[in-house]
Formats: sequence, C-alpha cells, structure tokens
Amino acid sequence: MMDKNFAQRRRRDLVIAAAFAVVAALVPLFVKDVYVQNIMVLTLMYAALSQSWNILSGYCGQISLGHALYFGIGAYTTALLFTKFGVLPWFGMLGGGLISAAIAMALGYPCFRLRGHYFVIATIVIAEIALLLFQNWNWAGAALGIDIPVRHDSWLTFQFTRSKLPYFYFALVLAAIAWLVTWWLEDSKWGYWWRAVKDNPDAAESLGVVVFNSKMGAAAVSAFLTAVGGSFYAQFVSYIDPESVMGFQFSLLMALPAVLGGIGTLWGPVLGAVILIPLTELTRSFIGGSGRGVDLIVYGTLIVLISLARPEGLVGLFSRRRKEAVR
Amino acid sequence: MLGTTSLTAETIIQSLASGLLMGLLYGLIAVGLALIFGLMDVVNFAHGEFLMIAMYATFFLFAFFAVDPLLSAPLVAAALFVFGAVVYLLIVRFAVRAKANAGMVQIFSTFGLAIVMRGLAQFFFTPDYRSVTHSWLGGRTISVAGIFLPVPQLAGAMVAIAAFVGLYFFINRTDFGRALEATREDAGAVALVGIDKNRVFALGWGLGAALVGLAGAIMATFFYIYPDVGASFALIAYVTVALGGFGSVFGAFAGGIIVGLVEATTALILPPSLKSVGIYAVYLLVVFIRPRGLFGSI
Repeated sequence: MMDKNFAQRRRRDLVIAAAFAVVAALVPLFVKDVYVQNIMVLTLMYAALSQSWNILSGYCGQISLGHALYFGIGAYTTALLFTKFGVLPWFGMLGGGLISAAIAMALGYPCFRLRGHYFVIATIVIAEIALLLFQNWNWAGAALGIDIPVRHDSWLTFQFTRSKLPYFYFALVLAAIAWLVTWWLEDSKWGYWWRAVKDNPDAAESLGVVVFNSKMGAAAVSAFLTAVGGSFYAQFVSYIDPESVMGFQFSLLMALPAVLGGIGTLWGPVLGAVILIPLTELTRSFIGGSGRGVDLIVYGTLIVLISLARPEGLVGLFSRRRKEAVR
Repeated sequence: MLGTTSLTAETIIQSLASGLLMGLLYGLIAVGLALIFGLMDVVNFAHGEFLMIAMYATFFLFAFFAVDPLLSAPLVAAALFVFGAVVYLLIVRFAVRAKANAGMVQIFSTFGLAIVMRGLAQFFFTPDYRSVTHSWLGGRTISVAGIFLPVPQLAGAMVAIAAFVGLYFFINRTDFGRALEATREDAGAVALVGIDKNRVFALGWGLGAALVGLAGAIMATFFYIYPDVGASFALIAYVTVALGGFGSVFGAFAGGIIVGLVEATTALILPPSLKSVGIYAVYLLVVFIRPRGLFGSI
C-alpha cells in the first residue's frame, strides 16, 4: 500500500479535490437563483456530514445509525449558548464539537464492546433517548424547539438574511475540511488501524493494534465534525427542534450519501451527496408539492435500486483502482 | 419526578397487567423480525411498514366490507404472507447476494422499501388518520379481580400466545419447519438434500410477514392508522429482538413481555412522553452486561 502508485493516487486525489473546490467556489457567481443556491448549501453540508459519518462507520467499520445525536448536540449547543447567554456561534460551534467528541468517547466506552446489530441498535436507542429528553426539556424549548433571533447580517454572529452566499462558502469550507481530514487520516497510522479493525478485530488485536483506542479516536473525530455540521445547520435555518435535528430519519439521511457513493472510500460521501441531495430536493419540490408522497416513492425506489445494483457504491463506476484502494 | 398517577398497589398492578398485554403484542410484532433474522441474518428495516399495511388492510376491509378486524385477521395475515414472500423474491434475494458491504446493502435496500411503502400509503390513502370506529373488541374493558383490562389488548395478547404456540409446533413438528431450521443452520448443505434455499427463505419471509400482519389486524382496533405509524413500533421491535437476543425466536417473545412491563413501569415513574426511555435504557443495560442479549446465540 505504501508503493509509488498509492502515493501518486493520493497526490492526484488532492489535485482533483482542489479543482473541485475552485469550480464549486465559482459556481455561485453564475448561479444566482436562491433556490438552487439553497440546494448547493445542503449538498455541501451533507457531503461534510456523510464524510464525518464515514470515518467511524466506513473506515473503522462501526456502523452508527445514531449520528443525529452529535448533529443535534452541535445545533443545540450553538443555539442555546447564543439565545440564552449571547455567546457567539463560533464558540458554540467549537463547544458543541468538543462536547460531542467527549460524549462519543463516553458512550464508546461501553458500546464498543458490542458487535454487529447490537452495536447498531445501541447507537439508535442512545440517540432516541437524547431526542426524548430534549423533547421534554423545557429550558431548551422542549418539542417546540428554539427560534434563533436574527439581528443583522454579520460574520460575527454568522447570520445572513439577504444572501445565501456566506453559508455556501462556509459549507464548502466544512466539506473541504471533512474531506481533508479523511484524506490525511487515510494514510496515517489511524487509517491503517481502522481498516484492520474493520476487517478483523481479533487479528488486529493480535498484531498489536489497540482496537479499543482506535475506535475511540474514530468516534471522537467523527462526532466532532458532525457536531460542527449541526452548529452550521442551526445558523443556516435559524430554527431547530428535536425531531428535525435529532430524529432517527436524520441519522439515516446522513449515512445515505456515503453508503450509496461508496462506504469507506474517500470520494463516496462527496459523490453520493452530489447525486442524492439535489435529487431529493428536486423531487420534493417538483413532485412532492402535492403532499401525496410521490417524492418518497421515487426516492425510495432509487435507494433500493442503487444499493442492489452497486453494493460497493457509485465510486465503483469511476475507477477500478478505487476498489483496490478500499481493500 | 413523579408521574401524574399516585402510586398505590392497585395502580401498580393495573399498569403491570396492561403492560403485560401490550408486551405480548410487542412480542408478536417482533417475532416475525426475529424469525427472518434467525433464518438468514437479515434485519428487515421495513418491518414497521409491514405492520402499517396490515393495519390499512384491516381498516379497508372494515370500511368497505364491514368485516370485523377479528375476522379479517387471518385474511390480512394471508395477504401479508404473500407480500413478504414477494419482497424476498424481488428485493432481499438480490440484497443477500451482494459481494461488498452486505450489511449496509440489506439495511438500505429494506430501508428504501420502507420509504416507498410510506410514499405509496400517502399517495393512495392520504396522510389522514384513520381508525376502525367500532368493532367487536374495540372500546370494551372487562374487570378481573378489580383490574380493568381493555378487551382489544386482551384479545391481542391471546392471539399472540396462540401464534407463539402455533409457531413452536410449526418449527418443530412440520417438514417446512424442519427445512427452515436446517436452512438456518447451513444454507449450503441443504441444497445437497434437495431443499431449494430460495423457496425456504421466501416462505420464511412470508411467515414473518404473516405474523406481523396478525399483530397489525389486532392493533387496528385500538390505534390510529396513518402512513408513518410503523416507524415507532419498528424501533421497539428491533429493541425487542435484540434484547431477547438475535437468532432466538423465544427471545423475541420474552423480550416483548419485558419491553411491555418496562414501558408500563416507566410510565408510572416518568411523564408518559418519556415511557420509551425505560425500554431503551433496559436494552443498553442488558447488552452492556450480556453483549448477546438475553437468549442470543451469536
């Protein structure tokens, strides 16, 4: 894996990513439509979230269907600190990330002993407990949630009413950071450990990989980045409630781009988000407006077809070498 | 924090009794899931939607043909049997063949199916809440030694017990049941003795769906019916199966009873909106101590 081809591929990935980022940054200069810009923001946000999810679930193989917990904690930390104490969202973002990372490690301590479906269900019920507690937590707005008062457009309070562009560029940076962290980790000691843990934890342990610690590391990084995404979302929509930021559906939606794009791959989450999110939004607004569920039918059919036809993810369509790299 | 009801011996016995009845129904919902998992290691993420369409089927038989849910239950179970077998043949059969990421493919192909089913329900039935307004069972209670038991839940519990007894004999005493067990032990080897693996799996899916169909027919008498109704019960069903231990059909039955009792107890102590917290906490407690669930083999 350390051969020249691998090093070459990594450099090429970096160049492609840089080119993508530059092109993406230029798009809003030509596309002024607010609706389209909104979709682009969401696409970048989901790319970042799915990339973060992919670190724990894809690379390290610990399938979490409870990541909405970290997203929600990020969103709530920012919103509560801002509305109750006037703390700027930037500190909330950092705080939410750190709290989430700490919670992920505290939960990882008992949960990482579990395997397979027992682990997956544990992640679901923990997020669900948090959801129920937030729905009953009056100080935090209970089920009604929090309306973040919009004062004036400013980078200081990270609020913009007149233009989506600042959100767009922040989401782009977020997606780029998540991608870069993954890119860097892929070739680090951690990256190798995670793949060993995913393939065969017992063998990894016997070869001296500290299985437990490497799972904890993956959980902390993954939770931190997910929470930052949650903080961003709270600022972007300026209204949050438990169901919309901590619901089980959201955990699945976060995982979906990585799964369809290619789980445990560098480009999977990006590719999945770029295809899936615009499609979701377009079906929702063009055929979902009737409220009769046609968008769900289209969307669900697509998920079934892609997961059956491309179990290794859509990245498999682009390069054969990519598949080797996964192994 | 105390619940709204004051804790007397009577209220405690009363809620444990209704918790037990509900728990048997949870067991019935979960046992289909456990059967399918035990057979082929697949978790059906559309299980809640199976329940949802069973409830709708019961509702429409009632609304258009005035068939009482108690009579339509076998019909609904039979219809769900066919549906479950078709889902296996059209989707799951291909999902289990996936060479990469088998686990994720199973989760997301059945999750996609769940979304499609919810969309179809919205499209054809609208998001309106429906209910079976009057039935032989609905709205009645009987009193046993001073404890009031709602008749629909009581009937559900009896149907659940009957279904478990039936399932036990079916698995242990019939050829198909033995083929089911054999396929579950070693799907490769059964082909050598002339058992068609796909047929057994399809019948297993049919049987699992029929069991949840039975539960849906009973539940239609005391729950509102709407396109998303399956979601909350599905999560409880997963927890029930995992609590009992994956691979154990008996575990799902026991898990259901525990879940029902824990839910009722939690509702006594915490506000009703937090009653599921008790179920989830007990699940975590159990698997932290026994990572394979109570009766699990894997």
